[in-house]
Amino acid sequence: MGEYAHLYVEAAKLTLTLGVIGIIFSLGIGLACSLIQYYKIPFLKRIVSVYIELSRNTPLLVQLFFLYFGLPKIGVMISSEGCAIIGLSFLGGSYMAEAFRSGLEAIEESQMESGLAIGLSHSQVMRYVIFPQALSISVPALCANVIFLIKETSVFSAVALADLMYVAKDLIGLYYQTDEALLMLVIAYLILLLPISLAAAWLERRLRYAGFGN
Amino acid sequence: MQDLGIRVLFMGNNLVRLLGGLWVTIEISLLSVIFSIILGILLGLVMTLKNPITRCITKVYLEFIRIMPQLVLLFLVYFGATKTFGIQLSGQVSAVIVFTLWGTAEMGDLVRGALISIPKHQYESGAALGLESGQIYRYIIIPQTLRRLIPLAINLTTRMIKTTSLIVLIGVVEVLKVAQQIIEANRYTVPDSALWIYGAVFFLYFLACWPISLLASRLEKKWKN
Repeated sequence: MGEYAHLYVEAAKLTLTLGVIGIIFSLGIGLACSLIQYYKIPFLKRIVSVYIELSRNTPLLVQLFFLYFGLPKIGVMISSEGCAIIGLSFLGGSYMAEAFRSGLEAIEESQMESGLAIGLSHSQVMRYVIFPQALSISVPALCANVIFLIKETSVFSAVALADLMYVAKDLIGLYYQTDEALLMLVIAYLILLLPISLAAAWLERRLRYAGFGN
Repeated sequence: MQDLGIRVLFMGNNLVRLLGGLWVTIEISLLSVIFSIILGILLGLVMTLKNPITRCITKVYLEFIRIMPQLVLLFLVYFGATKTFGIQLSGQVSAVIVFTLWGTAEMGDLVRGALISIPKHQYESGAALGLESGQIYRYIIIPQTLRRLIPLAINLTTRMIKTTSLIVLIGVVEVLKVAQQIIEANRYTVPDSALWIYGAVFFLYFLACWPISLLASRLEKKWKN
C-alpha cells in the first residue's frame, strides 16, 4: 500500500489548496456580510439575510450538484475546481458572517460612545476599539468554521475532483484493499486536521487573556 | 426548450418521488437525532465526572469523531465493517450508526457545556433552602439546563438533515439519487432538466431545514434570560 502513498499526498494537497482558497473567500464574504448587517445598509441587508438563510439551510453536496450539473444547462459551465471553490465559499460565507456578527454584537454600545467621546473618529473607533475586541470574541467560532469547511471538502469527490475520498474509493475499487485504503484515509485526515484543531485550541486559550474584565 | 425542463418536475409523480426521497433523509436524521440525544445526555453526564480515565476516553472519542469528516466515518462503517468483520450493513443502517456516533459526540459536548454553565451557587442555594440533592436537580438544575439545551439540540437536527445528504455517496436512494434517476429517465426527451430538478432539491432541503432553524433561534432568544 505504501506505493500509493503519493496518491494520498497529491489528493491532500488538492483538498488543502481548494479548502484554503475557499476559506479565504468565505472570510471575505463573511466579513462583508457582517458589516452590511452591522451598519444595517437598507437593501443589501435583506439580500444578505436571504443569502445566509439559504446557505445555512442547504447541504454543500446539493449546492455542488446544482452548480456542477444544473448550471451548465443554462450555459454556465464551471470547472470542477471552480464549482468546489464557489460552493465552499457560498457555504462558508454565511458561517463566517454569523461568527463575525456574534463578535460585533457582543461589543457594547458604550465602547463606541466612549471612543467618540475621547475624540476618535468613527473609523478609528472601529479600527482600534471595536474590531480587535470583536475579533477576539469571534475567533473560537472562526476556528470551528475553518475545521468544518475543511471537513466539508470531503464531498468534492462527487463533482469529479481527485480528493482524498476519491483516491480511497478508487483504491478500494481497483485493488479491494479496503482496510488499508480506509486506514490511510483516516490518517491523511488526521494529519490534515489534528494540527489545525490543536492550533485552534491554543489560539483560543491565548485569546482568552485578551478578553477584558473576565 | 424554453422551459428548460421545469415540466419534468411536474410530470407524473416526480415531485412526490422527490419528496419521498427527502423523507428517507429526514427519517434517518430523526432516528439518529433521537439516539444521539439519549446517548448524548449520558455522554455529557459522564464527561462532567472528574475521573481521569473516563475523561481521557471521552476526550479521544470526541476529538476523533469531530475531526473526521462524516463522509470518512460513513466509508469506515459501510465499507470497513463489511470487509474487516464480514458484517453486511445496508446503507441506511450504516448511516444511522455513523450519524448516531457523530450526534452523540456533538450532543454530549452540548450537554456538558450546559451542565457546567450552571453556576455552583445554584446547587448551594438549593441546598441552603433545604432541598435534597434529587430535588435540586429536578427543580433547579434540570429546568435551567434544558432551556439552554433545547435550542442547541434542535439546531443539531438541522445539521443532521444537511449532513445526511452524504448518504447518496454510499448508495442509499434518497432525494439526490431520485433526482438523478428522474433526470436520466428524461435525458432524451428533456435533456436540460438538471437545472430545475437540482434546483428543486436545493429548495426542498431549504424548506425542510429553515423552519427548524427558525424555531431554534426563536427559542434561544425567548429563553435567553
